[in-house]
Amino acid sequence: MTMAAGEARGLRRVILGTTTTWLALFTLAPFLIVLAISLVESRFGVPPYEPLFAWSKGLWPVFNGTLANYATLLTDPLYLEAFGSSLRIAATSALITLTIAYPMAYAIARARAEWRFGLLMMIILPFWTSFLIRVYAWMELLNANGLINALLIKLGVIDAPLTLLNTEFAVHLGIVYSYLPFMVLPIYAVLERMDWTLLEAAQDLGAGPFSAFRRVTLPLSLPGIIAGLLLVFIPALGEFIIPDLLGGPGTLMLGHVLWTEFFNNHDWPLASALAVSLLVLVLTPAALLYRTLRRAEVTS
Amino acid sequence: MIDRPARGAAPVIAIEGVAKSFGAVPAVAGVTLDIARGDFFCLVGASGSGKTTLLRLIAGFEAPDEGRILIDGEDMTNRPPYARPVNMMFQSYALFPHLSVADNVGFGLEEERRPRAEIRERVAAALDLFDMGSLAARKPHQLSGGQRQRVALARALVKNPKILLLDEPLAALDKKLRERAQLELVALRERVGITFVMVTHDQEEAMSMATHIALMRDGALCQVGTPRELYDAPQSRFAADFFGAANLFDETAGRTVMVRPEQMMVSRAHPSRTGVLAASLANVVFLGNAYVCHCALDSGKAVQARLSPADMAALGALSAGDRVYLSWDPAAARVLTS
Repeated sequence: MTMAAGEARGLRRVILGTTTTWLALFTLAPFLIVLAISLVESRFGVPPYEPLFAWSKGLWPVFNGTLANYATLLTDPLYLEAFGSSLRIAATSALITLTIAYPMAYAIARARAEWRFGLLMMIILPFWTSFLIRVYAWMELLNANGLINALLIKLGVIDAPLTLLNTEFAVHLGIVYSYLPFMVLPIYAVLERMDWTLLEAAQDLGAGPFSAFRRVTLPLSLPGIIAGLLLVFIPALGEFIIPDLLGGPGTLMLGHVLWTEFFNNHDWPLASALAVSLLVLVLTPAALLYRTLRRAEVTS
Repeated sequence: MIDRPARGAAPVIAIEGVAKSFGAVPAVAGVTLDIARGDFFCLVGASGSGKTTLLRLIAGFEAPDEGRILIDGEDMTNRPPYARPVNMMFQSYALFPHLSVADNVGFGLEEERRPRAEIRERVAAALDLFDMGSLAARKPHQLSGGQRQRVALARALVKNPKILLLDEPLAALDKKLRERAQLELVALRERVGITFVMVTHDQEEAMSMATHIALMRDGALCQVGTPRELYDAPQSRFAADFFGAANLFDETAGRTVMVRPEQMMVSRAHPSRTGVLAASLANVVFLGNAYVCHCALDSGKAVQARLSPADMAALGALSAGDRVYLSWDPAAARVLTS
């Protein structure tokens, strides 16, 4: 056993230990607390929920757990609707983002090498400004007296200002705008690595440009597409700021409902049950993402 | 020489005054060349000589700035690569990593919308041609280099092209495998009967495989001929040097004479013929089946002679600095015309 190997092992232990402690403290423990709260009933007081275990009767603690909160989520149409519209808005936004991001990623990947860095920077640059400020900027742009309406009226396209703000359209716009880089980057990463002589080979074997794209480029960029879709879909599902600031009263999204239950209704257990459900909803596609990326790693 | 096409037969490829530049850099500069049907034609030259660009022009991946390319008498100049009756085997093989061996080979047939049963049959036949039938379900990353090369060949041949283009097809193989693959490619061409056009930078590979060779330099053709013609009768210093070692002597008349090292005779006594050069031996390199004597003329010019072990034995023990006489059969000397 060499000294270096011993040192490396020691270092490994430290790194692994730090990571495990961090995850246990800031991910696992909060989750377990939320899970516990989701299993009890709410009450007036501090904290505003019943304890999970009660010691009032006898020696052994009594388990107070109930699935009532989850039952509420499944029976109250408000929550089912919120789940449904969150899924719908997150899915359509992710697909719209894909149709915009794919050509961008493709163009950057095929641009001359000395241009690529600049183009990528322009994709990332807006993200050096706070997310909140950029969403506020969209409020100003979409306003009845905002820049977009003013421009359309000036150009004579419309007579009266359109209702852009506080609509589902604005929510889609906000999500697409905010999450675009999360779609562009993974697709770019895949395309940039692609061997372009494969396209020449496809052409040589009789494939026209469209067929070559469909049979070679598209399947080879699938890992990037799936990663991008999930990186947009997952945060969009629980998005709070965008529907809160750009969406109207008709836009029902889980993040917003969760906020209302927690801060307005002080129903911590129900809010917790919502959070746990959201997590489960998100974990499924995340597991899918992990599997596709693993598989892509194996084949490349 | 095997299957030299009849004189006057229509060439399968006619390249007429083709030029192609990338920016300000001319890659191919006014090439006119006919390639006969059934030829194993090699484009050979150093990197940057334009040989690969010429191949890509035939495939259709590049469009010529000037001139035109005819295949079987049909003008291909404005035809995209997917509509040309040629297939290419890429240097990197360019196998589709997401498709199985069978799907790689069947790719072009599916593009032609052939019936499923026909595709299956032709793919199987193409794979059998290369003994790859048992690996049909594998993905390219599960194959060895030699196996990938065979799949690339099967994929390029399954569509029965008029011409198979090969871009450095053996460059990725190790030396042992490469020598076997050379023989296999020559045998393959004879079996399938179509025209092969191969790009290589390796003059030995070109000599051993080609029926005809075009030597390229700076985007232009330097000399075109059979391997024997290029070796025995090079027209230029460049061609003489490119195909094996050459002793070049500038004569007073302004012409240059070439004598191949194996034509050079070495003796200790002054031989009874004209044109004998006196030299001193610099060193002797043993190659196993031959010896190369590096000599220096009194002018300082270096000259090589390649001797068989028997000739070497006849000379007796030699050591550096020994005086020797160099001579050759006048019939073996070549006058370079350019």
